[in-house]
Order: sequence, then C-alpha cells, then structure tokens
Amino acid sequence: MLEIKNLHATIEGKEILKGINLVVRPGEVHAIMGPNGSGKSTLSAVLTGNPAYTVTGGEVTFYGKDLLAMSPEDRSHEGLFLSFQYPVEIPGVSMVNFMRAAINEKRKYFGKEPLSATEFLKLMREKRAIVELDNKLASRSVNEGFSGGEKKRNEIFQMAVLEPKLSILDETDSGLDIDALRIVAGGVNKLKTENNATIVITHYQRLLDYIKPDFVHVLYKGKIVMTGGPELALTLEEKGYDWIKQAEEQRIENGK
Amino acid sequence: MRQYIDFYNSQRDNISAHSSQLMNSHRAEALEVVERVPLPRKGSENYEVSDLPAMFAPDFGINVNRVDIPIDVADTFRCDVPNLSTHIYFLLNDAFRAGKSSGVSMPSGVIVDSLCRASQLYPDLVGQYYNTIAPHDNAQVALNTLLAQDGVFVYIPDGVVLDKPLQFVNIFNSAKPLMGNRRWLIVMGRDSNARLLLCDHTQNKECEFLNNQVMEVVLGENATLDIYDIEESSSLTGRVSSLWARQATGSNLLVNGITLVNGTTRNDMSVDIVGEHCETHLLGMAICNEHQVIDNHTFIAHNTPRCTSNELFKYVLDDEARGAFTGKILVKKGADKVEAYQSNKNVLASELAKVHTKPQLEIYNDDVRCSHGATVGQLDKNALFYMQARGISLSEARMLLMQAFMSDVIAEVRLESLRDRLRHLVEKRFYGQLALCRDCAASCHDKINHI
Repeated sequence: MLEIKNLHATIEGKEILKGINLVVRPGEVHAIMGPNGSGKSTLSAVLTGNPAYTVTGGEVTFYGKDLLAMSPEDRSHEGLFLSFQYPVEIPGVSMVNFMRAAINEKRKYFGKEPLSATEFLKLMREKRAIVELDNKLASRSVNEGFSGGEKKRNEIFQMAVLEPKLSILDETDSGLDIDALRIVAGGVNKLKTENNATIVITHYQRLLDYIKPDFVHVLYKGKIVMTGGPELALTLEEKGYDWIKQAEEQRIENGK
Repeated sequence: MRQYIDFYNSQRDNISAHSSQLMNSHRAEALEVVERVPLPRKGSENYEVSDLPAMFAPDFGINVNRVDIPIDVADTFRCDVPNLSTHIYFLLNDAFRAGKSSGVSMPSGVIVDSLCRASQLYPDLVGQYYNTIAPHDNAQVALNTLLAQDGVFVYIPDGVVLDKPLQFVNIFNSAKPLMGNRRWLIVMGRDSNARLLLCDHTQNKECEFLNNQVMEVVLGENATLDIYDIEESSSLTGRVSSLWARQATGSNLLVNGITLVNGTTRNDMSVDIVGEHCETHLLGMAICNEHQVIDNHTFIAHNTPRCTSNELFKYVLDDEARGAFTGKILVKKGADKVEAYQSNKNVLASELAKVHTKPQLEIYNDDVRCSHGATVGQLDKNALFYMQARGISLSEARMLLMQAFMSDVIAEVRLESLRDRLRHLVEKRFYGQLALCRDCAASCHDKINHI
C-alpha cells in the first residue's frame, strides 16, 4: 500500500531524510527505531504533509497514488493517519465539533451525506469504549488540559473513528505509564485487521511487547541502515545503538 | 466641520421646529464647542486608525424636516433569535418608531419612547439627565447635541426588572448620502434590571451613511444593565459612537460591542464609577476583512473603593482590515480594593491586516489588583496542521480556530439564548453567510464577503 523510494527531505535548509526506502503491505506492522535525531519523526511528518518540511527528492506512492502531491487532508481521507508524538491543544474547539468536522469532511470527500446527530453520537460512544476514553473529555476543548495518557488515548480514539488504512504511531508510548500503555496498545490491537497496516515509531522495545512488529527498521542519519524481524528490537534493547552507529561509520569509511 | 456649522446656521429654525424645546436648549452651547474644538485627526493620541475629520468630510444630507423615508420594516420584521422574545423598536435613520406589539405587557412606569417626544411629555425627567453625562467639550458629542432631533429614551423605574430584553433595530436607508445623529438616553432606577439588544443595519449598500451617535447611560443604586450592540451595516457605513455611563453604588453594567460588518467604526465607551461595589464589564469583538476599520476606545474611571472592572476586546482581521484598541483604566487615590483587568487579543489572518493596541493603567493607589495586556498573533500553525491531518480542510480549520478565538467574548454574554445566537452569527460571519434575522426585510446578509 505504501512505497517510499529514495525519499529526501529538509527542514529550514537542513537535510534530515537522506534516501529512505520502505515498502508496507496490508496486514503488516513495521517498527521504526533509532537514536535521537535520526529522522524518525521527520519521516512521519513528511508522510502526512507537514508544511514545515520540504521534500527534496524521491517519491512516495499510497495505493499507487502520488502521496506527496496530496494535501494533508486528502492524505487523511485516503486512509493515512498519524498519532502525534505531541498532540496539539486547541482551546475553544470542542472535541465534538472537531470530530464532527473530521468525519463529515471525509464523508464529503467520498460523496456521502453528513452523519446525523444520532448516528454521530452513537459512533462516538462506540469508539470511545475502545480506549476507555471518558465521556467528559468529549465536551472539552481538543486536548486542552488532558493528561499525557488522555492525549494519547484521544489519538487512538480518533484513529478508531477515522478507520485509516495506514496508521503511523509516533512515539505513542512516550509519557505513558504501564496502565495507559496497555490501554493504548490494546486499542491499536483491537483496530488491527488484515487490510490495514501500522508503522510504529519508538525508542524502546517496551511498546513492541504489546504491538508485535513483523519488521523492525533502524533509522540512522536519515537512512534505514538495518532491517530485521522482531528479534532486532530485542538486540537493540540489549546492546543499544552504538554498534549500529559504529558499523555505519565503518561502512561509510570503507566506501570512501 | 465648517459645513455642519454653516448647515446649522442656515437650518437652525427647521432643526428646532422638528425637535423638542429641551433638546433645542442645548444647541447654542454645542455650537460654541463645535466652532472651537476640532474633531480628532488620525494619528492624534488614541486615534491610530480612524480619521474623524475624513469620516465627517463627505457631503452627507441630514433629514432636518423629518421627511418620512420609507422603510417597510415595522410590519414585516420578525426576529429570528430563537427563544428570545423581545420588546422591539426601530430607529429608521434617526427617527424612532415603535413596533406593532412593542410595549405590550410592559411593567407600568417603564418608558421606551422617542427622545423628542419623551422630552416634551416628561421634560423634568429627561431634563434631569439629558446632556449631563457626556462631556461638553468633546467635538463629536457637541456635534450630536447640535444636530440631533430625535433618538431613544429608556426609563426603567426603581425596582422594575424587565424580563424581556428591549431590542432596537437601527436601520439606515436613503437614496442619497445621509448622516444620522442618533441620541440615546438610558436611565436605570434603583434596583432596576434591563437588557438592551441593539442591531445596526444598512439597507442601501450602495449609499454612504454616517452614524454620529451619542449614548448617555445612568445607573442608579444596584441597577443592572446589559447592552449588546451588534453592528452589521455595510462597507460604506461609518459609525462614530460614544457611550458615556455613570454608575452609582452596587450597580452592574455590561457593554458588549460586536462588529461583524461595517465600513469604518469608532466606538468610545467611557464609564464613570461613582459608587462602591460596582461591576463594569466592557467587551468587544470584531471580525473584519477587506477594508473594514474597527477602532475601540475605552476609559474607566475608578473613583470609589471596592469596585471591579473587566475589559476584553478581541479582533480577527483579514485582508487589509485595520484595527485599533486604546483603553485606559484610571484608579484614583482612595479607590481602595479595586480590581481592574484589561485585555486585548488579536489575530491577523493576512499579511496586510494591521492592528494597533495600547492598553493603559493609571493607578494612584497601592491597594488594588490590576492587570492589562495585549497580544497580536497568527493562527496556530500546529493546530492547523493537526486538524488537516484529521482530514479537516485548511479553510475549515481556519474557521474553527477563528471561531474558537472569539468564544470567550461570547461566553461573557449574560443572556443564554443570545449567546447561542451570537455563536451562530459569528460562525455565519466567518463563512460569509450572515443572517441575523432570516425574515428581516433589511436582508443585510447579502453581499458579505467570505473572510
């Protein structure tokens, strides 16, 4: 469904992604790991169309369509979802209005009528249950005053509502205690089908105990330098990233 | 200014003949002020964006002989504010007219009438307050006093609580440029309570109008008054409006100026607090685009201890709109335990929109709690992207953020049905489809451009 070829991207003139290649097929779970500053969050931002980043080379197709040519909202409509590392607080915009706008714009994109008030409320109720999100949060402004755990649960709640084909979970485990992590991961697993796929961006093995990856990629200095199975995450947990850094430096050295 | 002095001198008899003795008795002094005191120019202190001489410069006609300019609203107008039943009145240009059922089941003693007529029927009552609250050395006030022939008189006697709001629909219509000198006198008795809803409309959008308005407001002990003043006029309508209020002990005043569609607007709100334990709320919001200009100026004088004042003004300016807020809170010596807060927040939605802001505190007292502040910013880019990432289009996301920005001013509206209606109105304004009152013959919702 997703094919990334030789993707390069910059922010404020600084090159962060230096030739990413990745293929994701339906039903797969990919974990992207790597040390700080390796470009993990940049990759998710570029895929979802954050205007702060500039793509300087390569191509990305999503179900055969040119993803990079689409607006962020159309990428969402086409089935791409990002669970933000830092969900944004939007004072004055209620969760209800926010979700209604999101759902109805997607329906409009596919030529469907807006949901009726009853259908909408029923859907909200149903999806809230997946991440045990308190009803009270629905009447509040988007993410405003939410705890760290509530913000992440709210992300997965939105994912449940929008039913994406490909979800990118950017450091969804950061700032979560064990209970919240279990609820969030449980939510992601409940939403998993053989037709959708997930990219899990994380620092730690911990989240991967709950969300089992099929592939683990290591991102370093803007490139995927190593790909393996779930066991690679365990090795990283044990040995850290230094051996990969050294191997990469060595490879560059030899290449000269 | 000269043109109005000449005009007055040549039309003196006609002006007087179509007004009341009481209003006429103040004209000589006003003439002297108008001849001596110039209107403030753009760039002078507290006039950053509005240029009064320029606003008054066009050759406006004045309907001195009170020719009835047909505006067919009294019969067809039905307000569409849900659950908001009001006593409705009209100011047609500057002539007062009651609606068909205005005043039905009004508590006894309440007067809502033409200022001209009221000053003939109740000369002592009106004379006790008329032209006593507004300053006499102010050119705009003097010009109004010089030329005003009618307006609105509201009197709520001691102890009377009006359940239904009083609604005034102020409509400009004329085939030729016209200036209306609207004059308001609102007298609230001890322990009285009323809410006023003012809606400014302009019917002929191709014609220039100038609303030169003065409102005098007197609050007796423990009186409560809300004024919601909504402007939804036209790009060729100028408004120079000044409100002068005096608050006695325990009184509670709220003024909320809502500028949705206009040309150039200068609003002055000036409150003189002379009793203890008063509350004053001055609020304002403006949504301006194209070449709209909004200029709000406030002045609150805390003369007495243990009072609270709260000011909140918020603007969203797009295209080449201009905004200004200048406000001053004066806390005099001896006004202990005063709490005074002032805030002006602005969003500039385009590269060319501009705002000037100057919140000021002048405190001659230690035992007070005061704050003032201003912000100017753009819409939050992170919030916009977050919404886009959820499938909400950029334009829709901008709308949601702009509405959200206004939500705290709307939250200060103390009338629930009006609050809901205003939220809806603001939404419509942002989407470029205003309809204050669907059935309003003024059909002001035409031709409003998308912000």
